[in-house]
Amino acid sequence: MTTWSTRRRAVAGFLMPFLLLYAAFFILPIGYAVYQSLLKTERSGPLGLGGSRRVFAGLSNYASALTDPGFVDSILRVLVFAAVQVPLMITLATALALLLDSASARGVPLFRGAYFLPYGVPGVIASILWGFLYIPGVSPIVDILGKTGIQADFLGSGTVLWSVANIVTWEFAGYNMLVVVAQLKAIDSDLYEAARIDGANAWQVVRHVKLPLIRPAIVLTTVFTIIGSLQLFAEPLVLRPISTAINTSYTPNLAAYTQAFVNNNYGLAAAQAVILAIVACVFSFGFLRLTGQRGDKR
Amino acid sequence: MTTLTDQPATTAQPPSAPRPKRRTRSAQQPALGWRIVVVGLLTVFALYFLLPVYWLIVAATKSTGDLFGSFGLWFTQPQLWENVQNVLTYDGSIYLRWTLNSILYAGAGAAIATLLAAMAGYAMAKYEFRGREGVFNVILAGVLIPGTALALPLFLLFSELGLANTYLAVLLPSVVSPFGVYLCRIYAAAAVPDSLVEAARIDGAGEARIFTALALRIMAPALVTIFLFQFVGIWNNYFLPLVMLSDPKLYPITLGLTSWQSFADRQPDLYQLTVGGAFLSVIPLMIAILVLQRFWRSGLTEGSVKG
Repeated sequence: MTTWSTRRRAVAGFLMPFLLLYAAFFILPIGYAVYQSLLKTERSGPLGLGGSRRVFAGLSNYASALTDPGFVDSILRVLVFAAVQVPLMITLATALALLLDSASARGVPLFRGAYFLPYGVPGVIASILWGFLYIPGVSPIVDILGKTGIQADFLGSGTVLWSVANIVTWEFAGYNMLVVVAQLKAIDSDLYEAARIDGANAWQVVRHVKLPLIRPAIVLTTVFTIIGSLQLFAEPLVLRPISTAINTSYTPNLAAYTQAFVNNNYGLAAAQAVILAIVACVFSFGFLRLTGQRGDKR
Repeated sequence: MTTLTDQPATTAQPPSAPRPKRRTRSAQQPALGWRIVVVGLLTVFALYFLLPVYWLIVAATKSTGDLFGSFGLWFTQPQLWENVQNVLTYDGSIYLRWTLNSILYAGAGAAIATLLAAMAGYAMAKYEFRGREGVFNVILAGVLIPGTALALPLFLLFSELGLANTYLAVLLPSVVSPFGVYLCRIYAAAAVPDSLVEAARIDGAGEARIFTALALRIMAPALVTIFLFQFVGIWNNYFLPLVMLSDPKLYPITLGLTSWQSFADRQPDLYQLTVGGAFLSVIPLMIAILVLQRFWRSGLTEGSVKG
């Protein structure tokens, strides 16, 4: 009886510090965002100079967010971005991991290090670097392309989203590759031996042994890439001064940031943050559900 | 959540399991043509990932004039030392202060986050209690919450408590790592044997003592990985400090450098300072990443992607 209660106290002692902080900094802010999103500021007196107070606004903040063409565009923009970025990222990360894992590869630690290096560069600094590589007059890339007769414009309205995609790919492809590599390393070497005895060639080993077994890693990196793509913020913010194509509501996060800190409209900003979180949850849970079910059928 | 939670630790290796060498060179030597293709592809990708780094190294040696007036991929009148000194002394050496702030946020934040995650993950792996899976799922859901969705309401909450624009405003949210708890639970379940915990109890060790003397030591490889990921995560974070901080003295490097960059329109010298500051902050972190490469992988192998 005493051991049972000491163990219960131990569980509480081990868990409580984390759970309290988790409640304070994960659960409470979500509740507070929902609460704020239902409020608006009402001004009283002539010309609204008599002071202001927060009053219940129902769903009006959600209505104005969803009827604002700029915000709706920003959601659609990150969805289009994710539709391209996610497959590109996962394909590249998986391809790099498989290349490094193949018998033909040489200098593996060196290459792996080179690919993973950008993960240590903060997104804003990566964006500053690539920004210099995009601006005509500074960029050696634009220079070289110009000499061959190609007028490259990385910052125009049709191209800048993909210039952002390039920055994001550069930053995180190596990290995602590492997750896949970790799973490849965990594959039992007997399986390769068995496949070899069965006469499988290198491609067949990839197709029928490696790819099925690294599926959990691919699912994990896909979910993180979906979430990351939808909350795009730092890269467009840093490129904004050099690209006229990026406005203050270019992505949902940029829109919410502008509402909160430029327009001081916390209610609307909170509603936009909640909408973005819901979209992110729908897509990440949806993807997990989809892949989970397929796994059951096998 | 099924893919993340189901079949937890059943396939995890004990940390030090020796594994046989995968292939012997002579048994399966691929054709020379394939080797050239594969190494060629690897090289092309390496050039892509290294290009901005190379540009940064070259650009960091240039004067403001040459930054704009000369070819970006080759050196012209290198003056690296002078540039570095400018970065370090500009505005009362504020760059050094930003560096120390970043080290404080990332170092202290990651250390506390790792300890909290180790305790919570160990408790979930080694004790049976009511509601365990429910609590675990709630924590896992935290992995899927976009960090930027939390920053704004956190700022509003901290403002009401008078905590906005303080060190704590950035530090406190950084010490919570749901992903760390997930990794720790899986690792502890696989690597800390029940029999060992039971034996320690019979020897009269208390639960806290078993955790600090036994479990923490066995979980060390996973803890190093969690620390590194959390450290880089906080170091690279931009949205949270941007929202929370208005006093430049509290800025981490990321925020400081973007503040220089945003003033560079009016004060062109700041372009070179931004480049030099980026160079100084990126190089040590890159060296650390290369030196610590094996820790990133070892923790991941045992943890995140199992199951």
